[in-house]
Amino acid sequence: MIRLANVSHDYGGRGLLSGVDLHIAPGAFHFLTGPSGAGKSTLLKLCYGELRPRSGRIELFGQNLAALSRDALADTRRRIGVIHQDCQFLDHLTLAENVALPFIATGRPVPEADLHELLSWVGLEHAADALPPTLSGGERQRAALARAVIMSPEVVLADEPTGNVDWEMSQRLLTLLVELNRMGTAVMIATHDLTLIRNAKALVSARILRIADQTLQSAGSDL
Amino acid sequence: MSFVEILRVRFDDAGKVVPSSGYTTVLTTLTAGAMAFLAVFALALSLSSGQLAQRWSDTLSQSATLRLSAAPSEIGAQTAAVLEILRTTPGVVSTRVLDIDEQRALLEPWFGPDLPVENLALPRLIEIIETPEGFDAAGLRLRLSTEAPGAVLDDHTRWRRPLVAAAASLRGLAWVSVVLIAGAMAAMITLAAGFSLAANVQVIRVLRLVGARDAFIARAFVRRFTLRALIGAAGGTVLGVAAFALLPVAGESGFLTGLGFQGAGWFLPLVIPPLAGLIAWAATRTAAFRVLRRES
Repeated sequence: MIRLANVSHDYGGRGLLSGVDLHIAPGAFHFLTGPSGAGKSTLLKLCYGELRPRSGRIELFGQNLAALSRDALADTRRRIGVIHQDCQFLDHLTLAENVALPFIATGRPVPEADLHELLSWVGLEHAADALPPTLSGGERQRAALARAVIMSPEVVLADEPTGNVDWEMSQRLLTLLVELNRMGTAVMIATHDLTLIRNAKALVSARILRIADQTLQSAGSDL
Repeated sequence: MSFVEILRVRFDDAGKVVPSSGYTTVLTTLTAGAMAFLAVFALALSLSSGQLAQRWSDTLSQSATLRLSAAPSEIGAQTAAVLEILRTTPGVVSTRVLDIDEQRALLEPWFGPDLPVENLALPRLIEIIETPEGFDAAGLRLRLSTEAPGAVLDDHTRWRRPLVAAAASLRGLAWVSVVLIAGAMAAMITLAAGFSLAANVQVIRVLRLVGARDAFIARAFVRRFTLRALIGAAGGTVLGVAAFALLPVAGESGFLTGLGFQGAGWFLPLVIPPLAGLIAWAATRTAAFRVLRRES
């Protein structure tokens, strides 16, 4: 689905990623780890086309990212759910409207029943009309997860989804992501939380990748 | 996304995803209002100058003056000869010899009321009223030169031309003003839209993240600015028209009669709000797509 071949990227003139190869296959579960500033977020942004690589080739669902028109890239992003650590909500919209934003932004009618079912799945049906600034960190992250999956994407990319929540909530989010993966969605989680990765081993067969020295390495046996 | 679509006021989701920012909204509404107010005046000036040109032209073109100079002993015979020539000239409706009181009235502004006109060897003045088609001035002059050498025909052309030219210039200036007003409004709205887009970069980023196309994002901004411009321009137009309606009315035959709107002309300002909306639509759309291209 998402394939990076010999991708390199700079940030502010500094080399960040070099010769990265990655393939996210349907139904796969990846953890991406590495120290802060190693390039985890950058790699995720490359995976959903927010950033263009300095060199190398990125394919999104068989299409060369470099050749995608702006509209085609927008259409492709609908097949990828993204969760950010800071959630990236529109604070003037209610939680339900934020979760339904992918439908709103594509001009499709919001499936009310699915929306309520989704909010119930992440335990936020009581907060549908609340504005994002009034929600706790855990509620915001669960809402971000709901927004990421409302269009039934084929892959979910999560950037430090448990960075702002306590241990209990991080386990709950992990469980939700694992459930999603069991339904066939590929998941890649960028995190520096090794405890989360260790706990996930009991729930799902995940491939663990680490960014070190600008390269992407397999880190399964080290953790 | 057409202008007509924008005019369909549906508070749908595109308009909702961008938070309302009071500063740019108020700026756009006020700018559109002020520009519409000025546009009403420019439009009125254009219409009035056109009407003035027409009236001055009509008034002066349907009459002519013949000045007859001759020795006192010959003036009577010369006058009779000239009147006979005029009577047989096609295009002349009537003629009238100005009496002594009328001549005094003509000279009074320059020499005062006590001028002894009776003792002066003044030329005799004959007013000629023409048909709408007028007469052949060149042919008449040729005939007068042989039969009444002391007669000088003034068909008012030398007065009419500069007046009509001045009115035409006024009219041109008024239209230039309308164009400048439209350009200034487009520039102001482009700036306001640019500020709004810059202030909402995070909103644009989130919308892109969830798969919004540029057209959807642009529509959210375009709708807002178009509607604000329409509302502001409608207000400005109403105020401008009201100002003209409250102007003191000049006399029927006064020099400035016709300033402002008359008859169907009162409906002309109705085009200003949709035009302002159209300008806002084009300006915001251009600004939005430029920013979206830069931010991608």
